[in-house]
Order: sequence, then C-alpha cells, then structure tokens
Amino acid sequence: MDFGQIFTLTITQAFGVTALIYLFAAIGLNIQFGYTGLLNFGQVAFVAAGAYAVGVIVLTLDLSLWLSIIVALMASTVLALLLGIPTLRLRADYLAIVTIAASELLRLLVRSIAFKDVFGGAQGLNGKLGQEFHDLNPLPADFTLPILSWSRQDLWVVIVGWSLALLFTLFVWGLVRSPWGRVVKGIREDEDAVVSLGKNVFVYKLQALVIGGGIAAFGGILWAVAKQSVQPDTFQPDFTFFVFTILLLGGAARVFGPIAGTVIFWFLLAGFGEVLSSLINNGYIDFLTATDVGSIRFMLMGLGLMLLMIFRPQGIFGDRRELALDAR
Amino acid sequence: MLRRVRLALGVLLLTSVAFLVSGGFSPATAADTTITGTLSTPAGLPVTGVVITAIGPDGVSVSGTSDEKGVFVIPLSAGGSYTVELDITTLPEGITLNNEADASRSLLVLGGEKRIIIGLSEGGESGIVAGSSGTGERVVQLFLDGILYGLVIALGAVGLNLVFGTTGLTNFSHGELLTLGAFTALTFNTAGLNIIIAAPIAIIFAALVYGWGQNRILWRPLRRRKTGLIAAMIVSIGLAIFLRYTLVLFFGGAPQSYKQFAGQPGIALGPFNTTPKALILGALAIIALAATVIWLQRSRIGKATRAVSDNPALASATGIDVERVISVVWIIGAGLAAFAGIYLGLTQNTVWNMGQRILLVLFAAVILGGLGTIYGAIVGAMVVGIFIQMTTLFIPTEMKTVGALFLMILILLVRPQGLLGRKERVG
Amino acid sequence: MRADTENMAPGRAAAYEALRDVARVPGSPKPDPIVIADRVSRQFGGLKAVDVAHVEIQRGSITALIGPNGAGKTTLFNLLTGFDKPDTGEWTLNKKPIAGKAPYRLARMGMVRTFQLTKALSRMTVMDNMLLGANGQSGERVLNALLPFTWRAQERANAERAVELLSRFNLDAKVGDFAGSLSGGQRKLLEMARALMVGPEIVMLDEPMAGVNPALTQSLLGHIKNIREEGTTVLFVEHDMDMVHDISDWVIVMAQGQIIAEGPPDAVMKDPQVIEAYLGSRHGNALTADGASLTADSQGGTT
Repeated sequence: MDFGQIFTLTITQAFGVTALIYLFAAIGLNIQFGYTGLLNFGQVAFVAAGAYAVGVIVLTLDLSLWLSIIVALMASTVLALLLGIPTLRLRADYLAIVTIAASELLRLLVRSIAFKDVFGGAQGLNGKLGQEFHDLNPLPADFTLPILSWSRQDLWVVIVGWSLALLFTLFVWGLVRSPWGRVVKGIREDEDAVVSLGKNVFVYKLQALVIGGGIAAFGGILWAVAKQSVQPDTFQPDFTFFVFTILLLGGAARVFGPIAGTVIFWFLLAGFGEVLSSLINNGYIDFLTATDVGSIRFMLMGLGLMLLMIFRPQGIFGDRRELALDAR
Repeated sequence: MLRRVRLALGVLLLTSVAFLVSGGFSPATAADTTITGTLSTPAGLPVTGVVITAIGPDGVSVSGTSDEKGVFVIPLSAGGSYTVELDITTLPEGITLNNEADASRSLLVLGGEKRIIIGLSEGGESGIVAGSSGTGERVVQLFLDGILYGLVIALGAVGLNLVFGTTGLTNFSHGELLTLGAFTALTFNTAGLNIIIAAPIAIIFAALVYGWGQNRILWRPLRRRKTGLIAAMIVSIGLAIFLRYTLVLFFGGAPQSYKQFAGQPGIALGPFNTTPKALILGALAIIALAATVIWLQRSRIGKATRAVSDNPALASATGIDVERVISVVWIIGAGLAAFAGIYLGLTQNTVWNMGQRILLVLFAAVILGGLGTIYGAIVGAMVVGIFIQMTTLFIPTEMKTVGALFLMILILLVRPQGLLGRKERVG
Repeated sequence: MRADTENMAPGRAAAYEALRDVARVPGSPKPDPIVIADRVSRQFGGLKAVDVAHVEIQRGSITALIGPNGAGKTTLFNLLTGFDKPDTGEWTLNKKPIAGKAPYRLARMGMVRTFQLTKALSRMTVMDNMLLGANGQSGERVLNALLPFTWRAQERANAERAVELLSRFNLDAKVGDFAGSLSGGQRKLLEMARALMVGPEIVMLDEPMAGVNPALTQSLLGHIKNIREEGTTVLFVEHDMDMVHDISDWVIVMAQGQIIAEGPPDAVMKDPQVIEAYLGSRHGNALTADGASLTADSQGGTT
C-alpha cells in the first residue's frame, strides 16, 4: 500500500473542487440554519439555481459568463423570495417539508422534456461553460503541482474558490457580530420573544434566506465552471443533507464551522475511501469489491449524521456550556 | 464473478414489438469501466443511431450512440450511481417508448451484467393509453389507477402520520420502512418461499423489527434524552441515508422483482385495464386500512392512540401508558409500510431508493389530510393518488409528481392544518 | 381625603386617586385610558374563548386581569398584543386604532408583552438579551451591519442603559452569562428588564408569578410596583387572587371569556359573582387530579 499516494489523494479531495461546492452551500446554510434557525431542507435548489444560471446564460443563450454570475445571484434571490415569502410564517417542520419539496419540484422541472430546449432535460447542459474564467488562469501552461494532484485548471478554480470562501467567511463574521446578527440569533432561540421586542422577524428571516441562498449559488457557479457540466440529477435532496452533516460536524453557528466541517468531512470520506479501496485492491479485504466502497462511504455519512446529532449537536469543536443550554 | 440481475418494468406493456436493450460491462479493471450493450429486436434487427447517455455522480455525462449493429459503448470513469438516458428524439421514425418514464432511469453501476428491458412501440401512440379511444375512458382509467395508487400512499402515510401524531417526529426515514419491507419479502422470496407466503412473514417481521425494534433501540432512548424534535428529524435523515446504502451494499443498485407475478398479463374490466395482482393488492389494502380505522375507533389501545395524538400530556395524566401506545403505533406503522413496499415491489419492482422516491408524496398526503390527524392520512392519500394520475391528462407523465408537490405547498399556504385538521388553539 | 393616600408611593397614590370614582361595573370608563377595546371576540371551534364587549385600562396604574383557568385571559392578551387574530373587535392604544396590526408594530408603538412560559433567549448572553430590546438600532439593518462605525456609538449607549436596568433588577452581576444559566425567577426578571428596554408605555405581563419560587415572589411584586412608579402602565394576567390583592390598583375579572366584574381589589374579592366563578372552577378542578390550588395546575397550560 502506498500511504503517500493515499494521503495525497485525500488532501486533494479535502480541499478540492467538490469540497468547495459543499463549502459554499454550508456557509450559506450556516446563516440560515446555524444563526437564524431556518430549517432549510432545500439548499440544493440554490446551488442548482447558480449552476443553471451559468448553464443557460452561457450555453443556451450564448452570452457572457460574467453576466451569468449576476443572473445566478438574481435567480437565487428570486428563489429565496418565492420560497420564503409564503413559507417563512409556517412552523419549522412545515418549512422543512416545503423547502425539500420545492427543491425536488425544481429538479423535476429542469429535467423535464418540456423544458429540454432551455435546461437540457435529464442530460443537463454540458460544454465550454467556464472558458472566460479559465482564460484568466495566470498559472504557466506547463504548470504541475509537485505533490497534490490538481490539474492546472483545477488549481486555478481551487485558488479562486478558497479566496472567495474566506471572503464569505469574513462577511459572515461581520454580519453575526453586528446587531443584525443578534436579532437573527434571537429568532433562532425564540421567534415570539423577538417579535414582542418590536422586530419584524419575517424580514430578518427573508434576509437570512436570501443571503444564505446567494452564497450557496456561488457553489453552483463554481460547479458549472469547474466541471463544465450542469446535471439535474446531481441536485438531489441528499446534497442538502450532506451539507447539514458538514455544518453540524464543524459546528452550526460558528464562523469557521463550515470550513472545518467541509475539510474534515471530505478528509474522512476521501481518506476512508482511498484506504478501503487500497485494501481491497491489494487483497487484504476479499469480502468486498471495489465498487462497494461507494455505498459504505454513504452508509458512514448517514451514520455520522445520526451520531453527531445525538451526541454532539454542537459540533466537534462545540462549547459544552452551550450544549448544556440547548433546549431544542 | 458475474451477477445476473433482471430488471422488470413498472407498468405492464400493452403493445406490440418489444426491443431489448441489454447492457453489461466487465468489472476486470475498475478504472476502465464501461456500459456496453446492443439495441436490437428479439428477431435480431439492429436499432441504429439511438443516443444513450450515462450521467454520473459527479454530474459528468458520457454518451454512446448505437451503431449499424445496434451496439453502443459508454465509457465510465468509475462505478457509482448513474442515470441512464435514452434520447427519445433519436429513436428511428415510428418507434416510441411504451413508457415515457423509461427514457431515464437510475442505475447503480457496481459490477456484473445488467439487463434492462425497455418496451418500444412501433407505429402507435406511446404510453399505457395506447389504443384507448375517448377521453372519457381515459378519465375512468386514470381515476381507477389513482385509487390504486392512493391505496399504496395511504398504507405508507398512515404510519407516518400516527408516529407524528403520537411522538411529534417528522420521520424522514419512513420511506425506508417501505423499502425494508419490500426487500425483506424479496429475501424470503429469493430463499425459496412463494411471495404469497413471503409477504405476510415479511410484514410481521417488519412490524416487529423495523417498527417495534427501531422505536426501542433508537427513538425511545432519544425521547428519554429529551432530544428535540428538530434534532430527531435530522437523526431520521441520517438513518434514511444509512439504511438506503446498506441496502445497496447487500442487494446492489439494480431494481429486482419477486419470482412470482412479475410479468402477469393484464386484463380489461370494461374500459379499465389492470392486472389481477393489482386488484387483489388493492382489495387487501382496503381491508388493512379498514382494519386500522376500526382498531382506532373500537379498541382500547386504539382509543388511547387517538387520545395521545390529541394531547400526550393529558393522556399520560389520565393513566394512559404513552410509551406503550407509541410502541403499538410503530408496529402498525411499520407493518402497513412494509405492505406498501411489497405492493410497490409486486406492481413495479424493488429498488433501493423506492421509499425515498415516494416519501415526499407521503408527506403531501399527510399534509393534505392534516399532519397528526389520523384519518386525514387516508383521505389525503386518496386525493393525492387520484390527483397525481388525473393531472397526467394535462401535464406530461414525467411531471406528475410536480403537480402533487405543488398541491402540497399550496395546501400548506392556504390551510396549514390540512383538510381534516383543526385550527390550532393559540394561548 | 389625603389620609388614605399619604403612606402610598406617588405612583400608587395617583392611580388610587384616579380610579377612586370609577364605576365598579364591567366595562366602566376610566378618566385617562391608555387602551380601549370594543367587542373583542375569538372563537375556537364551538367554544367562545373571548367575548369582551368593552374594556378600558387606566394609564399609570397596575391593572390585574384575573379569572379561573380557561377564562380567556391569555387569549385576550394574545389578541390585544396582535399575537392572535380576533373574529371581531376594535381597540386603540393612545386613541390610535391598532386592531389587525402586526405584533412587532404594537411593540414599537409602546405596547410590550411578556410570556407565561418565560422566553429568555437561552444561548445568548444576558446583555445580548437586553440589547435586543433596544429600538431603532441602525446596526440591525443588514446594510449597516457590516459597517460597525455606523452603529458603535448607539450600541454603547444602549449597553449603558441595559446595565442600569439590569442593576435595578439585581441582574448586573450576570451581564456576561448565558440567559439559559439563570434561575426561573431571574429569567422572569430578565424578561421584564428586556421589555422595559423597548421603552414601552404599557407592559403586559402574562402570569409574571408563574413558576417563580415563593421566596422570590415578593421581590418580583416590588419590581412590578417600581415599573408603575416610573410612569409605565402595567397590565398583568394572574389567576391567584391573593397575589393580585397586594399590588394592583384595579382588578378586572374574567370568566368564560367575558368580563364579569371590575373594581379595586378589596371590592372585587367580596363580589359574590367572582367568588362563585372561582368556586365553580374549584369544583371543576377537584374532579381531576388535584383541586388543591388554583395556581399549581395551570402552569404551562393555556388560559
């Protein structure tokens, strides 16, 4: 077994493009669920909105990628308003069901044959999606990384992605330490109490949904640009639940929770997958096949979500003091 | 080691020429996985120029086109869950899919040969309504289809609603109770029992192990710990994911059928086309639901269940053993869900994500009838079942779930307490 | 004339004087009402939970709203503060009609309520709880939030006011603690202090004594009196008549959704109709688990 290679592959995934997509969704969800307490089970719809905005603008309409970023943010805002205005007055569990239903509804619409000309049906939109972005790549053409296995193109995406992620983290940090952050935290604790103090709770919830959705949409933009492909069936509800797992792992309502959660989640998941594959390929484990690794990874993800929620809802770095007070 | 997995179709095909698409790939080198296959008629006539696309878990899609021999090759970078698509616009003139849903299906590529049967019609209309004459007959057909579908939904929704009513848990792993029931029956069936015997054993097994056992091992301790409802909801999501992929690990990702009744020929009752098994299952479902309703009305524990749903604290104060009621509710809910799963397994097939796919429809039924109201689930289920089938008169079949989800959202906005629910008393 | 008021605190004396000649009948007009409500009704299923023809609350007084369990006190409270929607009814705050207004607007207009089950925001500090009460904060607007210089000065001023209020409620030592770590009585105090942080003209306390250890009850009553002494009107819901007697200037009695009596505490408690309402309820309670007290079995319940 080549532990060096396993480690390299693991690190590559822990900080890689897919991890970044989840990270943006998690930063957004942290504002919505972590700080404001909104049980948004349809976060994947915001990611999809970002990805499809790029796909439609660049491929279907043949317009500029930069325009598509603006459209992506507009699309996620419209989606947040459409989802939020009717549902944010509902109880938490109803909100959960409505948001997950809306995300499925949207997925079924974009994959339908009826809108195939616009969204590409079940095959989605595939092609030169991020050319204008990749043309800006300052790395030399023959650039290769000494250790990690990113291609020149992926590395450019990773650099820009992580810079943006840090920027958004700073943004969240600024928001939640302000009086605005105090109000949304109050809403998470007890909505009626905040209403009784004269705050228009509905508007704050809507703002949280819009801001969190906008950040998640960047995950979708990154997805389209990095993978050059937008597929409806990748936007399943499970995506949202993995984002929840990431957030709970790193700690909801902690500024660095999403980053810590994402890196740990992908490190564990990728590391486990690589080690297990390697054991199987080298004949140490003969009762599993290489193709079983995928299912076992997902099983562990589900189990991890359960155990986290039961035993450490405050995340692995969470404050015991806060846990003791958690009435939910 | 090659596994042979047969994949049966959900809807029985009424018509003419059946083409076979058989795809298989060699698992010799995992890095060099392909899906290859031949598109041909049983008589051996190749179908050329059809584009088939596999969309992978990363969202990367790869296509293959059938050549003059009908052969297509799709190279894959890795195993995983793929959506395999047949681009119907590339089908030769006059050839259509019997079932629009066959244009796209999910497929877990793990290893072994897979055989997919896709029904194609030549020259006629596509879909299950081929040959039927007037809209009136179609309405009757869809209405009765809707009732049968509604019964499945009701079987699943009753347990979901009973558990919510008595414990407050919004159980996102309820769909997996259907799946587990269906696969338990499949296991007994594969071991040699006829499905007629395997099904009741599986239902009893499910009721005790997946119902009573699950409550005992997981939910009761969580209630003891005073885990909040939102936390419990997220735990149920984790459980659902865990169970789904455990099933994939042991049973593989491809749909499977029970050994008996898989390809039962259809019958026509006046304008209504169906299969004998669907009618028998429908009748059994009505009996099961009626028994549940009578049980809730008449029996001591049934009345206690309604009391707990109404107000757990008060029920407990008047001497009702709330935990016992909850145990019974899990047993009944899981049993009915297992029945629903086997029902789906018999009329369509058993597949690892069958419960997940129907979960939102169950929620729609429950919300329509009123979350926590016990009869609401049944009424809501019938309405949703009929609604889903009838909307295909106006919208494409592939979008019928969209209509149901939209209806659910609409109901939540207009009347959150559901059709039968009472308006909550505030203060 | 002066004799009966000379030992009273000034606020108490003023309220006493103002209410002395008010008719002791349901719906009687007050000399200077802050809240006037007409034909307020609310039905749950077949049950008419609230059906109040007319009621006025005197400014600067402590008015108690009492009645047996299920009399509709909390429901009336929820209706007046906008937390529940009535079937019919009009009511005003300072002569401005406020029926149908969102509850947060009523709070901004000066009508602030607390809740029967204390709503301290557990995972926030006592100071953050208090600061949340301050109104008109520019930093609460999302665009200003990221520009601390636009709200820093205001934040400091609010914090000073918060400390001042907290010290009045003996909570100044707890400023940095999580609200969830406070005792039940301290949470009640925090909730009151937080309500005052809004700068209300009338505070509406829903069972302020519920769930508070008896030793703390006296100091809690003292704090409520202080609120009146500073010129803020107090309306509070209570079902224990004895509590009411000590601190209220005026008592309104509800039973079965209607106001059945009004008057100063002494007079009301002698009213046979009131005694009948309470006794009837006591008999009803005796049939269930314990009829021992009117206070114990309604905590956390609905009224």
